[in-house]
Amino acid sequence: MNELLLQVENLVKHYRLPRESLFAQAPQVQALRGVSFSLQAGRSLGIVGESGSGKSTLARLVMALEAPTEGRVLLLGRDLHTLRAGELRDARKDFQMVFQDPYGSLDPRQRVERIVAEPLLRLTPAERRERVAEALDAVGLRSADMARYPHEFSGGQRQRIAIARALITRPQLIVADEPVSALDVSVQAQVLNLLQDLQQRFGLSYLFISHDLAVVDHLCDEVAVMHAGLIVEQGSPQRLFGNAEHPYTRQLIAAMPVLQASTTVPT
Amino acid sequence: MPMLEVKSLQVSLPGPRGTARALRGIDFELARGDTVGLIGESGCGKSMTALALMGLLPQGAVIDGSIRFDGQELVGLPDAALCELRGQRIGMIFQEPMTALNPLHRIGDQVAEPLRQHRGMGRTEARAEALRLLERVRLPQARQRLDAWPHQLSGGQRQRVMIAAALACGPDLLIADEPTTALDATIQGEILDLIAELVAGSGMALLLISHDLGVMARSVQRVMVMYGGSIVESGATASVFERLAHPYTRGLFGARPRLGGARGRKLATIPGRVPELIDLPDGCPFAERCGWVINACRSALPPPLPVAAGHTARCIRVDEVARSAKP
Repeated sequence: MNELLLQVENLVKHYRLPRESLFAQAPQVQALRGVSFSLQAGRSLGIVGESGSGKSTLARLVMALEAPTEGRVLLLGRDLHTLRAGELRDARKDFQMVFQDPYGSLDPRQRVERIVAEPLLRLTPAERRERVAEALDAVGLRSADMARYPHEFSGGQRQRIAIARALITRPQLIVADEPVSALDVSVQAQVLNLLQDLQQRFGLSYLFISHDLAVVDHLCDEVAVMHAGLIVEQGSPQRLFGNAEHPYTRQLIAAMPVLQASTTVPT
Repeated sequence: MPMLEVKSLQVSLPGPRGTARALRGIDFELARGDTVGLIGESGCGKSMTALALMGLLPQGAVIDGSIRFDGQELVGLPDAALCELRGQRIGMIFQEPMTALNPLHRIGDQVAEPLRQHRGMGRTEARAEALRLLERVRLPQARQRLDAWPHQLSGGQRQRVMIAAALACGPDLLIADEPTTALDATIQGEILDLIAELVAGSGMALLLISHDLGVMARSVQRVMVMYGGSIVESGATASVFERLAHPYTRGLFGARPRLGGARGRKLATIPGRVPELIDLPDGCPFAERCGWVINACRSALPPPLPVAAGHTARCIRVDEVARSAKP
């Protein structure tokens, strides 16, 4: 039996929109309407759904970047949203995030060493360099790359840098929001393989958000389908993609462009 | 005579670090009613091909070769003459419906703009035609939305508006550059179906640019696979996807995660990385990453060799590749 890493209980998040007129009540968006799930250490959960379904809001709440309207996020038994600022900062070493856009998520004016070392606290320069070299090595970059700037790297390499930054605190959970969507097909395959390797090597758990069912199917042990702020269906990818029960899941699967060629017999 | 005839089209972009050979000899033809796809990854030259056809190459780009559109040579044509073609005879849909529409103009006016520009229509007439076009692309509540701003529409609705504007003057050629990449999967299908339906209904030709093999499979009769500034494989969609004649096409296929594929298994990857257009090798651009490479591959860009009827691949080892197992 694996250890319980992440528990999300009845998360609700409302956003207030700007008022349309001075005396009108400000309209609200119900981004999450009660989402619960749990994730065991070393496993990965994929979250699929379309834009506006609440995937990214969920990621931001799990990362404690925003406070929920209701509900709790427990990481290793601690409620992240009741921790004090200092405690939360220390707790952040256990959970890190990788974003979609490898161009926008790395500061163009900082060298790779500083970017990757950013989450580290209280280390000497020598120790820091050692940890950065270790993280770069884990993602298949060279330690000499430390002195270079983001613009010197391709999109796939930049995403490796972002993954190295997430790994440097030796986290247990990585929240990845569409980490391969901006990458070309062949580069996407390299990054997916890397994520798989890292999971085996470090026993990482992923909360993997994607709109691409095939990517989630490839990487995740379990999939949750989100629609309009709720998880409408959850289960193993085999069951979900083979025998979906919820009409929305079926609709998502039906919308996937299918390649006939992969099923035809070579002549 | 084909409507569009592109012959040994070359584009180079001089830059501070040297000259990038963005296109190194593109040849293809398009007849009225043809639907053709251009597949490739970032930097392969697919968008550059579209820009060259539209006469919208970046400043300083050097263009060579020939683009004949209905017998008229477009290379070297003055900008005013190209302006006449763009929007009127050649329509274009871009990837980002968020940025391709002007946020400060009402959508009805944006659809009407080419009509007033090219057809000399008056305000009222153009507005009525814009409404007809928005209804044709099935924008919900088109009449009420004529005066809407782009930010009031969803991504899929904006893309419908873009399509309406591209079709306004009834172009003979529609160029769609990644038209569904920024859209959700369920919307993507609707937009592709809409484009297919409009193309079939009007008899115009479609050049669809995408990196998504699945999008190609459902949308076009013929595909061209681009790599390193040249078309490395070209043929009927079914034939290309069945034979995967060029090693790069195979690499692309193998790298795709598939629904129901073996979980936990490694995806096949293409070793190395896309060559920089600044120092493209003289020979096959894929040679450094190819599992079938021999010395002869590096000496000159391989010519398009026949694979099947109307299907060619720029690979001197097509026979060996064909004999090996597919990804």
